[in-house]
Amino acid sequence: MTGLQILFLIIAAITLGGALMVVTTRNLIHAALWLILCLFGIAVLFVLLDAGFFAVAQVVIYIGAIAILMIFAIMLTRKVAKDSGSQTNSTWPIAGIVAIVFFGGLVFLFQNWQPIHTLPPTLPQGYNSIEQLGMALVSPDGFLIPFEVASILLLTALIGALVIAWGKNK
Amino acid sequence: MSDPVNFVANWLKTVFTNWGVSPTWTTIIISIIGVVVLAGVALVIDIFLVWVERKVVARFQDRLGPNRLGPFGLFQPIADVIKLLLKEDITPDKADKFLFNLAPVLALGMAIALWAVVPLAPTVIGSDLNVGVLYIVAIGSISTLGIIIAGWASNNKFALVGAFRMVAQMISYEIPMVISLLIPVILAGSMGINSIVKSQPVWYIVLAPVAALIFLISSQAELGRAPFDISEAESEIVAGFHIEYTGMKFGLFYAGELLHALTIGGFFSCFFLGGWRGWGAETYPILGIVYFFIKAFFMYWVIMWIKYTFPRIRIDQMLNLNWKFLTPLALAALIMTALLDKIFQNASSVVYIIVMLGGNLVLLYIAYLVTGIYARVERKKVASPEDNRVNFPIKSGANIVETQSSERVQA
Amino acid sequence: MIPLSWYLIFAAALFCIGLFGVLARKNAIAIFMGIELMLNSVNINLIAFWRYLSPNFIAGQVFTVIVFAVAASEVAVGLALIISIYRRRSTIVAEDINLLKF
Repeated sequence: MTGLQILFLIIAAITLGGALMVVTTRNLIHAALWLILCLFGIAVLFVLLDAGFFAVAQVVIYIGAIAILMIFAIMLTRKVAKDSGSQTNSTWPIAGIVAIVFFGGLVFLFQNWQPIHTLPPTLPQGYNSIEQLGMALVSPDGFLIPFEVASILLLTALIGALVIAWGKNK
Repeated sequence: MSDPVNFVANWLKTVFTNWGVSPTWTTIIISIIGVVVLAGVALVIDIFLVWVERKVVARFQDRLGPNRLGPFGLFQPIADVIKLLLKEDITPDKADKFLFNLAPVLALGMAIALWAVVPLAPTVIGSDLNVGVLYIVAIGSISTLGIIIAGWASNNKFALVGAFRMVAQMISYEIPMVISLLIPVILAGSMGINSIVKSQPVWYIVLAPVAALIFLISSQAELGRAPFDISEAESEIVAGFHIEYTGMKFGLFYAGELLHALTIGGFFSCFFLGGWRGWGAETYPILGIVYFFIKAFFMYWVIMWIKYTFPRIRIDQMLNLNWKFLTPLALAALIMTALLDKIFQNASSVVYIIVMLGGNLVLLYIAYLVTGIYARVERKKVASPEDNRVNFPIKSGANIVETQSSERVQA
Repeated sequence: MIPLSWYLIFAAALFCIGLFGVLARKNAIAIFMGIELMLNSVNINLIAFWRYLSPNFIAGQVFTVIVFAVAASEVAVGLALIISIYRRRSTIVAEDINLLKF
């Protein structure tokens, strides 16, 4: 067991614990804050995977934008957030069984798949994945069209969110 | 002895190796020592920023400022800290205790975390991240989180309103700030802050004055300092998100704000004023630290100058300035810089500088003309009462009530 | 060195927790949080596959960028919908929004 593995286990435990709190806490603001802890743990895992850009982007997009938006939405619908009753519906045992069975099935499938035990290949010295990513996103041989479509999607979402949330002027 | 920081680090490394510590642990221990020293230096500077701030403000307002304790009142901040530590520490009733205590830690901690990527000298930098610029933005979004936690956990309406205002402002002003930061990134061809500094034989404030201006304004808003201090507007919502904080917890917010302001000054000097660059800094890195702090404190002074000169703006003016002026201008500057950089990439450096500066000046002039036209239209609207009624439904309603009551009186 | 399986099992666990959240929670915003957890577990898988199986082929990272964009737009529109529903029916409990139910 190397230091890196211990680090991974600690972060994974924190992240999964945070995720469990997200789906079980009654107070929705606390759930959002646990979600932030969980997202932060995932950002650290991205660092362990040599994807520093995604770690920072995860913090900027998920914590800085998505989680804050969720907190805003919870506060705007505060009548519900104060609801002290159960936050789960009546079929939650079935949901739990489905989730556990799904997890078991996935682990069972992993066992029959050979490349699961590969170790990471060493990256060449001075390898800059950001540069490659940038080139791939804008080169016509790469992923130019998906990238542009994603930008159109963002624009549509912007306008759509405005139109939906605007309401009537009265 | 030209590079004392790395000299000490290497000396420590040999000492630990002689003690028989394994190389991995040596690296870890030296990193931890480096973090502690850097954070300590930042905090000691922070204590004296209180003195700097009070003294400079006093001069702006034609006063003397603190001058009783020690030479030039230099020990005043220490007395302030003792006072804050002795004050009663109140947690409001029904406040969320853990979050209430977490928020000030986040506020100061994020300001310190920013120092991890500040290049103090060519060889002295906490971590030369290759995504340094994005790191600044990420830390900024976590400090937004600290403010919203403070506002929510205080269980106070004023605090919540202040937090909402602050978050709306920070999220809005993040956009022009990021776009204006992309311009030095394009010019340097890298997102690492040290490489941005290294590629500035000519300071970027010459090549990209528009970006520098936008960065200055939007970081002022990001800091929540006047004229953008609607989040703690004393005359409207008492003190905003830190209304319920007493003693040292309030002190942490205050210290966090001051340190953040100095850090923003440091980043401005890194992106636009050449950071540690100066005469002899390449050979004697210790000089680089001096140059860096001179520039950072100059920008800190500029930020204070703005703060104590302009009156507070309203929330609609704040949003208008961002979405109708700064964001389009930043986008235009980004597109122009990218185009000019591509067209003139093989030209001689003198031509390149002249073209960049000229392009920026033309852009500023166009922005000036457009805002002039907009201001004329707005003034006309305010001057003519019919349009006024359309724009401000509350006011027109008041008029109707008034006419009705006056009719009644006549009847 | 961490084997690939650890990341995959971690991501699978995260996905299942998110799935439980989506199926079991009442509040529409809480359901959203579950969806975010599921999207994040997919991101981890994509990056892990890029790093372990094909570090020279950048597609895994590109997919993650697209997932980020989709997640951001999904949250913007979704929360706008939730606020709109809250305005009309003053509830965001998913069970009570039942016009399309038999």
